[in-house]
Amino acid sequence: MIGSMRLPRRTRAGLSINALLVYVFLYAPIVLLVVFSFSDNRNVGQWGGFTLDWYQEFGDNESLQRALWVSVRVALWSTVISVVLGTLAALALERFSFRGKKVFDGLLYLPIIIPDVTMAVMMLLFFSQALDVADNLFGVGWTKGIETITISHIAFNISFVSVVVRARLAGMDDTLEEAALDLYATRWRTFRYVTLPQIAPGVAGGALLAVTLSLDDVVVTQFSSGPGATTLPVYVFGLIRRGVTPLINATSVIMLTASIVLVLLSLLAQRSSGTAFAGRGHTEPDRHDPLPISQKETS
Amino acid sequence: MTVLEDANDGAALRADAEALVATPEFERAAARAESRRGFLLALPAYAYLVLFFALPLVIVFVYSFATRNQFGGTDLSGWNVDAYRTLGDPIVRNILLRSLWLATLTTVICLVLGYPFAYYLATRTPTVRNLMLVFVMIPFWANFLVRNYAWRVLLGRDGLVSDATELVGLGPREFLFTNTAVMIGLVYGFLPFMILPLYASIERIDGALLEASRDLYASGWQTFLKVLLPLSRPGVVAGSILVFVPSLGAYVTPEILGGAKTTLLGSYIVTQFLTARNWPVGAALSFVLMAIMGAAMIVYFRNEGRNL
Amino acid sequence: MTTSAAVEITGITKRFDQVIAVDTMDLTIADGEFFALLGPSGCGKTTTLRMIAGLEFPTAGSLRIFGEEVGTLPPNKRPVNTVFQNYALFPHMSVVQNVAFGLKMKKVPKAEIADRVREAIGLVRLDGMESRRSSQLSGGQQQRVALARALVNRPKVLLLDEPLGALDLKLRQQMQRELKQLQREVGITFVFVTHDQEEALTISDRIGVMNEGELLQVGEPEEIYEHPANRFVANFIGQTNLLDGTVESADTVCLANGARIHAESDHSPGTRVAVSLRPERASLHAPGEAPDGMASVEGSLQQVTYLGNALVYSVGLDWMQLEVRSENRPDIARLEVGDPVTVAWRPGAGTVVTD
Repeated sequence: MIGSMRLPRRTRAGLSINALLVYVFLYAPIVLLVVFSFSDNRNVGQWGGFTLDWYQEFGDNESLQRALWVSVRVALWSTVISVVLGTLAALALERFSFRGKKVFDGLLYLPIIIPDVTMAVMMLLFFSQALDVADNLFGVGWTKGIETITISHIAFNISFVSVVVRARLAGMDDTLEEAALDLYATRWRTFRYVTLPQIAPGVAGGALLAVTLSLDDVVVTQFSSGPGATTLPVYVFGLIRRGVTPLINATSVIMLTASIVLVLLSLLAQRSSGTAFAGRGHTEPDRHDPLPISQKETS
Repeated sequence: MTVLEDANDGAALRADAEALVATPEFERAAARAESRRGFLLALPAYAYLVLFFALPLVIVFVYSFATRNQFGGTDLSGWNVDAYRTLGDPIVRNILLRSLWLATLTTVICLVLGYPFAYYLATRTPTVRNLMLVFVMIPFWANFLVRNYAWRVLLGRDGLVSDATELVGLGPREFLFTNTAVMIGLVYGFLPFMILPLYASIERIDGALLEASRDLYASGWQTFLKVLLPLSRPGVVAGSILVFVPSLGAYVTPEILGGAKTTLLGSYIVTQFLTARNWPVGAALSFVLMAIMGAAMIVYFRNEGRNL
Repeated sequence: MTTSAAVEITGITKRFDQVIAVDTMDLTIADGEFFALLGPSGCGKTTTLRMIAGLEFPTAGSLRIFGEEVGTLPPNKRPVNTVFQNYALFPHMSVVQNVAFGLKMKKVPKAEIADRVREAIGLVRLDGMESRRSSQLSGGQQQRVALARALVNRPKVLLLDEPLGALDLKLRQQMQRELKQLQREVGITFVFVTHDQEEALTISDRIGVMNEGELLQVGEPEEIYEHPANRFVANFIGQTNLLDGTVESADTVCLANGARIHAESDHSPGTRVAVSLRPERASLHAPGEAPDGMASVEGSLQQVTYLGNALVYSVGLDWMQLEVRSENRPDIARLEVGDPVTVAWRPGAGTVVTD
């Protein structure tokens, strides 16, 4: 515990100002972006009166809507699959020991720490090779598209989901599972009635995190996508390179809001009460109520 | 009497009485069965990652030894390290050095900005602390693309930064497409990565040590240099690595905020695949990037271990 | 085939890698007994309990419950239930749901579940708490829920793993009484693990003392206390003085300082033994004033400790210190520190023990 120490007034003032500046630095760009997305002025950065025109334009723009729809589909599919695989992986790592466990553990961490660019390159090369081979062997003319994007997203989401669920599992009192077995539950029913409810907040949190990461991804998606299938961030990325427009502003604010809301939900899900976290559930203090039996004994 | 005494159970128990006596063989078999169950649970994710992660990684490695043929395709026969030799190429070397320099600068700035902030944060009351932490994280949760885009707007010719410099009489300035812009974007993107580990590390320090230092006539500055800073080293190392590694491989930020004059490693790698069509070089450089990241991780873990 | 023994352990051994947690144990627990497994941490008592429950499989040996071999059955197929040390209540379920869990797993009809759960909750006197969750209950209440949850299944044997450890002293004593009463009411065999020897002496019908994987002695509390089988048991249960010496004859032991005292044993002469003497069995006298027929040693009074309801005298003998305990009654003459004294006891009060 560092606590607080009496510092000279100048130092204290300096620290407070620094903190304030950091907050201004962090929020100003976003706040300004939001403000100007409502500005009725083609010139981004100049105020021209309040309007919702740009958001209307977002709704009307077919390409954007198509890209959004692709994003949503990819996010949903990749989340569902990575939640299942990630939760199974977490269970295996936390509750069992088997040959190759350490290798698996290490492999599971790689997608989290690998640089975006490297992963993007990996997937690009893999798909080009794999699709080539598939074409030569089976004659199927598959191309990159929504499926390959989803495959890439699952590849990194499994790891993130498993980390979150593992944390939840590790903090869970594992004698609960022993108690369930002692009370005649089968392994499956132990999982369904005891383990799953306990880790549910973790699973939900992991799922929301996966959705967020999937919706936000740019580089890996760009390299894993093909003609006709592009996600919203990748499409917007392309638009940005051609110049700044109010439409992009409005789109950005929408994406921004979505991300923040999703992460907030994810955190809330993980803080869900009614579960014994770290085995230290809250306990009421004991009141020494004399019960009928002991009253008889002490008299 | 008990619900367990249904006929089937009873008969089965009596018939297998002999088979139910414990033996070392049974113990081993039970352990093996348990192990198998665990493996089966892990198998789907394991198989998926081997196929769609480990294999692609190997492919990158293989491609880095291939040759670029005249049409921009890749010739996988014939192994050579030509792709890696490009590291000696002045262009590539420049890019590499520029990227390393920028990443280092970003890290230092994040440290300078983040350390006082982390200290301030760590010395607030718990409620204030938690509130402040949440507010530091909220911008961080916003879409990464959007966060860079916001600076693109700000730093542009009609952007607010230009308006501000006009106000102070420096004339309209466009910071876009410069190293500075990229650096601002990187610092903006990764500052929370510096603040959090720093905060965690500083918070754990025993305040009595700092007080003791003051008690022994050390000035504030001396206390900082000789007591606070060394004690918070784990946080400094962790934060630095968490900022340095992604900054080095940054792609989106330089693409949005940088220009042709400021090509960084991430962008260069991407062009190998999209325009220059020199996949072996792209693969080799990706691998180098990953190797640098791996080295940084090893440094981090060695450091962690020593300080535990 | 069916015997009346609730639990029959024959030759049970449990090995974890190189460590032998339980070494070839033989034990029989009778039907309706309140049996305590007592020993220091790491002695193997919890491991033994877990093997009865099925949470561990023995490495070797036979484990029978009412005559039926269950050693290799998984826990969900055994007619036993466990009350865990930390209660292990399901936090996302209410009291009623917790108690009903085992019955639900056995697919008991809903109406019957409701009746039996009500009965069990009444048995542990938790009426009114049905819809609460464990975080809304005190430690003592949680423990009752754990009991109800186990007993509602009418197990043939109830296992309790140090269930009172987390309670404060007063509550623990109250729960000890209630557990004893409960066991008598329900009539089921209770197997209770504890490291608190006072607790074991208070509530059990019989005690099994364990150390380092071995079962050292099994017997009724009085038997264990008065006639410990060896040094460890003598030392572990209550307080005792251990006077080292060698057996000289069937009724004499030669102490380390050469003094010969009256102590009966059937060990062969020359065996190295110790005479275990409980502090409250000895009395202090002025030198030479020890009553006839008593065993005695000479020493000097080093310290008097005032305990409120008792006095403990530390007497220094040539080669060791002895403790004598006497009630704090005003009529007992108080001796002064430094005085030479004689410590005396009835010969039968000293038990000869080997290692």
